[in-house]
Amino acid sequence: MLYPDTVEAEILVHKPWFVATMFGAVFAIFLAFNLTSTSFGELMRPVIGEPSQSGLYGRFAIAFVIALLFVLNVVLIGFASLRVQIAIVWFELLLLFLAFFATFHLSLPFIWEKLPFLISQGVVTTLYVSAISIVIASLIAILGAVAKLSTNGFAYAIASFYTSFFRGLPLLMQVYLIYLGLPQLGFVVGAVPAGILALSLCYGAYMTEIFRSGIQSIDRGQWEASRSMGFGFSLTMRRIILPQALPVIIPPTGNQFISMLKDSSLVSVIGVWELMFLARTLGQKTFQHMEMLISASAIYWMLSICLELIQSRIERHYARSKVR
Amino acid sequence: MSAEAIIEAKAVSKWYGQFHALKDINLTVHKGERIVICGPSGSGKSTLIRCFNRLEAHQEGDITVNGIELHPKMKNVADVRSNVGMVFQHFNLFPHMTVLMNCMAGPMWVKGVSAAEARKTALRFLERVRIPEQANKFPVQLSGGQQQRVAIARSLCMQPAVMLFDEPTSALDPEMVSEVLDTMTGLARDGMTMVCVTHEMGFARAVADRMIFMDAGQIVEEGKPDSFFGNPQHARTKLFLSQILKH
Repeated sequence: MLYPDTVEAEILVHKPWFVATMFGAVFAIFLAFNLTSTSFGELMRPVIGEPSQSGLYGRFAIAFVIALLFVLNVVLIGFASLRVQIAIVWFELLLLFLAFFATFHLSLPFIWEKLPFLISQGVVTTLYVSAISIVIASLIAILGAVAKLSTNGFAYAIASFYTSFFRGLPLLMQVYLIYLGLPQLGFVVGAVPAGILALSLCYGAYMTEIFRSGIQSIDRGQWEASRSMGFGFSLTMRRIILPQALPVIIPPTGNQFISMLKDSSLVSVIGVWELMFLARTLGQKTFQHMEMLISASAIYWMLSICLELIQSRIERHYARSKVR
Repeated sequence: MSAEAIIEAKAVSKWYGQFHALKDINLTVHKGERIVICGPSGSGKSTLIRCFNRLEAHQEGDITVNGIELHPKMKNVADVRSNVGMVFQHFNLFPHMTVLMNCMAGPMWVKGVSAAEARKTALRFLERVRIPEQANKFPVQLSGGQQQRVAIARSLCMQPAVMLFDEPTSALDPEMVSEVLDTMTGLARDGMTMVCVTHEMGFARAVADRMIFMDAGQIVEEGKPDSFFGNPQHARTKLFLSQILKH
């Protein structure tokens, strides 16, 4: 929440100039397109007669009706409470997306047929690859952050070289380097371990910076109080500093996890059967690419929403000691 | 003062870069003694007591605490620190732990005391600072004065040989100052060895065995409270006291 003032502001969507501007803009946009041959035209048949022969009058009438409905919708939503507003706007945006996808004329039976395999094989692989990687990445990040904050030259040099290298190279190259490069040294790694290793190392580098800034955000006084009681470095870190840094660390880490969930599709280049890989291959045979890709996108989105919910739960948990 | 020395500083000097923060400080704190250090801001009072548990390093001279000499390569700094309680201006309680846990953490994690034992000790000292009923709250839920009293209890739970107070009432509302000072007076009465940096002259007069006035990194004057307040020797001390007691 931004700072909520105690004086209520006037509702923007109820100001006449805003309503008029909105109406004008929507009207102008839809007037620019000829919608008489679409389903809008069909719906307007009782008013404008045969859509294809209605000409400028038809275009004008359609744009007018759309603009009117739009403005009415926005003004009405303006009366609702915050929660209801959020729910309605989400619902309407979702509806628009579905309408957009409906124009693709996707084959639903095909999606239903492939969906179980997409989930049982693809989602499961994606999830466990991401989950293992985020755990390893977090461990790397703690070590890296401590090393980057330490006065030990070796530790600092290694950690900064590591973060520089893995943040600087494209993830795709890292996947190749590990999968194709390591065998040169005599280590043959399987596709899944190689993918996990690449994701962990790459995200560990980003998260090192997140953890470092989290640790640095803790007041010096906490260190002083802790050390002055005789706590050693690692005890102070584990029990005093990290628990307080977590609320700072969690939001960007959740971000990283969501981003990793989708970046894990890059490991499909080395033949891991994760969600994106399956989406592409399953659609290929029958040229039904769009069905599978859109299904995969929907699944990615739903997984992300789950993660967002989990993240907000954790954030609420850590807000406990801040409540007055 | 025939009692054993708990803190002994000999010819201590400290620099921050070019700035000479402590100049040739000689000070001995005996067991059971209550010392109040005052002086203008920037005079090195806080720096001095922070040297006593080595939150700050001194560059010249010797500091011995409880018979252990403080130096850069020492291995047993934790032994010194667990025997020296410190109370900070800004309390520095651990905000993610309850009041009770703040008090239990030290004994449990440093001395290896059992949870039940630590809990008993913690409740005893919370009782002593008169806030046992707040034990299960988090620090942010308490007033400043209550937080500072918890901080005192937290230090006491370690059963230190000496307590250092670094301007413990400077961040408090006037009304809360007295509850903290009462707690500290009670401690003094029980015979705790204390070194306090404070501007509370009423407290100093009532409690101190010895007053120390510092300016520009040096100990300018020291003496019994009666003579210190009644008949200060140095012009700088007179000026400081007249400023601070004016209102």
